[in-house]
Amino acid sequence: MHIIESGNVAAASGVQLSGAQVIAAYPITPQTPLTEKLSELVDAGELNAQYIPVESEHSAMSVCIAASSAGTRAFTATSANGLLYMNEQLHWAAGARLPIVMCVVNRGIGAPWTVWNDHQDAMSQRDTGWIQLFCCDHQQIIDTVIQAFRLAETVRIPVMVCYDGYILSHTYMPFDIPESAAAGRFLPEFAPDWALDPACPANLNTVTLPDIRPNVRGETAPGYMEIRQNLHDDMRRAIDVVADTDAEFAQVFGRGGNPFIEPYRCEDAEYVAVAMGSLSYQLRDVIDVLRQEGLAIGVAGLRLYRPFPNRAVAEALSGKKGVIVFEKAVSYGYEGPLYADIKAALYDCAQRPAVHNYILGLGGREIKTDDLFDSLRTSCGADAPEAREPAFVGLKI
Amino acid sequence: MATNKTTILNLPEEELVHPGNRACAGCGLSIVYRTGLKALGRETILVVPPSCLTVLQGLYPIAATQLPCLNVTFASTAAAATGVLGALRARGKTDVQVAAWAGDGGTSDIGIQALSGACERGEDFIFICYDNEAYMNTGVQRSGTTPQHVLTTTTPITGKHQQKKDMPAIMAAHGIDYVATASAAYPLDLYDKIIKAKTISGPKYIHVHTPCPAGWGFSARYTVKIGQLAVETGLFDLYEQENGNFRLTGASQKLLGKKRKPVDEYFATQTRFKGLDTEKTRAIQEEVDQKWAAHEKAAAGIC
Repeated sequence: MHIIESGNVAAASGVQLSGAQVIAAYPITPQTPLTEKLSELVDAGELNAQYIPVESEHSAMSVCIAASSAGTRAFTATSANGLLYMNEQLHWAAGARLPIVMCVVNRGIGAPWTVWNDHQDAMSQRDTGWIQLFCCDHQQIIDTVIQAFRLAETVRIPVMVCYDGYILSHTYMPFDIPESAAAGRFLPEFAPDWALDPACPANLNTVTLPDIRPNVRGETAPGYMEIRQNLHDDMRRAIDVVADTDAEFAQVFGRGGNPFIEPYRCEDAEYVAVAMGSLSYQLRDVIDVLRQEGLAIGVAGLRLYRPFPNRAVAEALSGKKGVIVFEKAVSYGYEGPLYADIKAALYDCAQRPAVHNYILGLGGREIKTDDLFDSLRTSCGADAPEAREPAFVGLKI
Repeated sequence: MATNKTTILNLPEEELVHPGNRACAGCGLSIVYRTGLKALGRETILVVPPSCLTVLQGLYPIAATQLPCLNVTFASTAAAATGVLGALRARGKTDVQVAAWAGDGGTSDIGIQALSGACERGEDFIFICYDNEAYMNTGVQRSGTTPQHVLTTTTPITGKHQQKKDMPAIMAAHGIDYVATASAAYPLDLYDKIIKAKTISGPKYIHVHTPCPAGWGFSARYTVKIGQLAVETGLFDLYEQENGNFRLTGASQKLLGKKRKPVDEYFATQTRFKGLDTEKTRAIQEEVDQKWAAHEKAAAGIC
């Protein structure tokens, strides 16, 4: 069924179709309409879930951790400082291997206060052990939420579904709501292989020693470091599972096919712009004009940020003359985090492109089409300067 | 009213805490936990933040208890209990009790926000605070419930300047149906209070005075003696507040109309009170006497 609604409602519809059993909610702009919609669905009896209005984001993730540990499908959503307030809980959820799904409606971080969009919130949680997927439009939001539960439950790693605050969360677009029965076939009921249960007691997340240790039956149990390696290895393996999940989703619903990178006019491109989220779609219009001017350029929207699909990135960008990374985040004192990751992914390529970095849109600063043209024209062509430092675009002082 | 008081003769024999766990010698918590789990029974899911109990429970992959237990982050105990309850409701499991066990720091300091939120929401759990009156697991730092003048590793010379936070009163102010205090020195009283809490829906809070030999500075063999002295001097009172009705219980109830032991008898048993002088002791005695004058009036029905 096609409807015209906001990105937040698209996310809520995805959660409804996924049959989330426990939903923890705490308001924060611009996520709030998502959890408001979920409360409405639960109150109206259209979603059979336990809706728990907690007193903080820290507690929201705590509820999800416990509900997931007790064998149920758990969901929450947040933005910006709410995400940061969860920080230790994010590590805890991943360390405990809990398939929680959370929407992160991307917003800049204070101080100073901002409620507007950038990606600093999600990027700052890069190393928490969560899978991070970025959406470009409302259809991708609802589809990705449904996929996220299946992905999380397959690899037992929590998943963040990230989408741009206001630009996607509060704008209205047409999108298709998949049929409930089809969604149910794609995402069966949560059937965990373990859960908190008095009939089978276990002490979860206990203190774990640096070294391995035998259990009461004399079998060797892992130490802390083996458990960490296990999470890392499974994150790397999750790259393939992201692709499998996307492929199966495409089979059922006819959408998808670009699990890692969504390319636009990239095949014959000499230059490729890279961005995450709605910006990659905004760039398409710019690319179309530059193509008319004779520049062989395309845009690659990165969908999966962690685990980082470095092979797919290298394959997509190797041999290009230039790669221009636009991002709404900065690793203070170095450069854009995505830029650093893309350069690293290209290190082993025989033909390394020149890679440029533009930081823009921080705290909702408008991303002007002219700025995108200027940046791309500067970075493309024979006389393009060799970029050494990230450039902030759109500054007015 | 606990008319059928449990005695040592009819206390369940089954142990749910294994012997040989990692508690310190003379640990008040090991009495409280052993007794508490007997009262809770097997159909219980435990939630535990970092605390002495985390250590008592053992190191992976060996556990000291026979109940399912979720170890959670320090600030999140009551929220995690909420999540377990949500999952149990979602799964249609109505016969499982959720019991959170936290220390005084995990309850009255870092855990108070989540606990307050859970009580406001009316979550159906038993929250047991074992109050050893400082951050013992990290090495005896002051907490909100450390009594005034006590020496800790963060109040090392002049002692703690502030009063002990009255956590049970804060919990009672949430309007929850059951708030009780108990002591490691009176495990049967604790047992009966947990049994009663199991019959009440909504949030239940039990605050347990828990002597700590290492942190309080006394010989491990005096744990029970010192817990008793805290009650006998009137410093720590055993009570229940059921549906808002306050009543002293057990050993505290028996003190009504009787002469209490002087508070300095309690202070003299522990090195943490070395900073007390005559004047400070007299001031505390006066506070205790005033509190008990109010207890006497209330018991006599005089408001």
